[in-house]
Amino acid sequence: MRFLPDAEQRAFAASLDALLTAAGTPVVVRDWSRGDHTSGRALWSRVAQAGVFALAVPEAYEGLGRHPVELAFAFVEFGRHAVPGPLVETITAAVLLSGADPGIAERLLPSLASGGTMATVAPEGASYALDGDAAGLRLSWAPDGIRLSPGHGPVRPSLDPARRLTPLTPGGDVVDTTTEQALVWARLATAAQALGVGLALLDRTVAYVKQRSQFGVPVGSFQAVRHRLADAKIALEFARPLVFGAALTMRPADVAAAKVAACEAAYGTARTALQLHGAIGYTAEYNLSLWLTKARALRTAWGGPQECRALVVSAAGDRRW
Amino acid sequence: MDLAFSPADEEFRTEVREWLHTHVPCAPLPSLETAEGFAAHRAWEAELAADRWSVVNWPSAYGGRNSGLLRWLLFEEEYYAAGAPGRVSQNGIHLLAPTLLDHGTEEQRARVLPAMASGEVIWAQAWSEPDAGSDLASLRAKAVRTDGGWLLSGQKTWSSRAAFADRAFGLFRSDPEAPKPHQGLTYLMFGLRAPGVTVRPVARLDGKPAFAELFLDEVFVPDEDVIGEPGQGWRIAMSTAGNERGLMLRSPGRFLATARRLNGLWRERGGPVAVRDRVADALIGARAYQLFTYAAASRFLDGEAVGPESSLNKVFWSELDIALQETALDLLGPEGEMADTDWAERYVFALAGPLYAGTNEIQRDIIAERLLGLPKGRR
Repeated sequence: MRFLPDAEQRAFAASLDALLTAAGTPVVVRDWSRGDHTSGRALWSRVAQAGVFALAVPEAYEGLGRHPVELAFAFVEFGRHAVPGPLVETITAAVLLSGADPGIAERLLPSLASGGTMATVAPEGASYALDGDAAGLRLSWAPDGIRLSPGHGPVRPSLDPARRLTPLTPGGDVVDTTTEQALVWARLATAAQALGVGLALLDRTVAYVKQRSQFGVPVGSFQAVRHRLADAKIALEFARPLVFGAALTMRPADVAAAKVAACEAAYGTARTALQLHGAIGYTAEYNLSLWLTKARALRTAWGGPQECRALVVSAAGDRRW
Repeated sequence: MDLAFSPADEEFRTEVREWLHTHVPCAPLPSLETAEGFAAHRAWEAELAADRWSVVNWPSAYGGRNSGLLRWLLFEEEYYAAGAPGRVSQNGIHLLAPTLLDHGTEEQRARVLPAMASGEVIWAQAWSEPDAGSDLASLRAKAVRTDGGWLLSGQKTWSSRAAFADRAFGLFRSDPEAPKPHQGLTYLMFGLRAPGVTVRPVARLDGKPAFAELFLDEVFVPDEDVIGEPGQGWRIAMSTAGNERGLMLRSPGRFLATARRLNGLWRERGGPVAVRDRVADALIGARAYQLFTYAAASRFLDGEAVGPESSLNKVFWSELDIALQETALDLLGPEGEMADTDWAERYVFALAGPLYAGTNEIQRDIIAERLLGLPKGRR
């Protein structure tokens, strides 16, 4: 038992962090929100070159095999940098298609791994898929199976402007595949992304309260402010091991627990971040908004808090819980 | 990064489980905060010690098994999963013993630790004073030099287990002229039945004498019961505050076991979705605490010091504990107010968690300053 990232995992996360920092993601996010995908696609290829999408694609289809732990490290960085696009959905599609007929898998998976194609998936029961206008591959998760959707409808806004929601055109061919694992991967990636969003919100808010002065002192010296930030730190630091523990086991209840904890921690941190920034944090123009709104959206994406809690309780007869 | 324990660790776990299966009393012992329960828990400590299960991570010379931190965690998981009794010796085991191992003399360790491991001598802590709680460095009870030792005078309070314990340890002001409040303090051990000691039990919320006030009037303590150098008490007490003790004060095992029992209670009683969600949060919190501790233990075994992050731990487990017990009481409905259930006992115990071992407000200040780097402010 050694529940710590190894040197390679740390280096992988650090290299993604450097790549995303250099890319200046806030500008990319704002382009994406307007429906201008050029800078987002360029960033997508760089992320793909770093191997992120290949982490969910079998080697037989030009991927690196299944690596949920490394994927979790990548998605924490995506969250920290508010990277836009159907990231979780592309991973989910990769896992779905890995179980498909080899002909289909061979045709579609290599280009997901290489970053040539973005994919989106409309979750079961959802009326939308994320970024259907940007995705070259659209899967709709219907009760009778996974369908390759022929198109998408008009974009509906999300509370997070960087998430462009599109209904998928009904019909299309059914892909014969197993769906069980795909939902687990989608939740894990969302949980890791939410954790990253929360960490970014905390970092930005700590920096802000150190430099913002009122009554002649930094507002970060007031105990009411300090204690809210301490609570945010506690929530995030206890969500983190759940996310990586779940990536190691990939048991549905572990992943559901990680999703609840990471999304609650991120959302709680968003509320704290907004409160401690004051009015500036309430503006769309200030970059804090990119993370504030994402924390809200990720909570209900791929299994909201109630659904995930129900899964945790139902699995808890198991001694491992 | 992995969560798999070695086959040898798993063998150890099985050995623990089997021993507990044949030894854990079928009926719960009476509350350890009563005279009868204290005696029963002392006897249980002796039973554990007879097969060297009372302090598995200690060196074998003092009654342990040199198990290391990971196996101690496994021991604790099995211990609480088996429903074994609370540990009446925990103040000594978790607070005094690490200090003696780091700062005591070999003579002190050989004299104090085996008797602690067997429950023959049970220790109470004597930190707080009426005017020194969170601001512990302002304490005033004094140690005055005399032939061959020190004379202790003053008052200590909120001394857990002191109503029935044998001995106590704490900090005393040995140099009233020292320039700063945390200087001139000495770490001493003394007998609770020594001449000059008056123990006045204090009833906690449910009326049980879980702690006591200590009145000290020129209580003689021989030099052999001073830990470390006189005047260095603060440094000595704090040096173990941040190490593995921060990890070991409350093991994940007890919360995992309680969360599982809570889930069982919920399955038995049912309840609205709002309660189900609290049960889920209890399970998630216990699992988070376990994994957080595994990560901290891994860092510790890599040779990293466990520093201010033990403040994250303290706030988390103390709030988790209350949430667990409260949810159970709510599930019990009208029976939830009965004081003679295990849940009520654990609830009352849990209520003190955010208050002792550094209040949660003090912990949040530590997190803000030392982990987040926020400026110091008015407390």
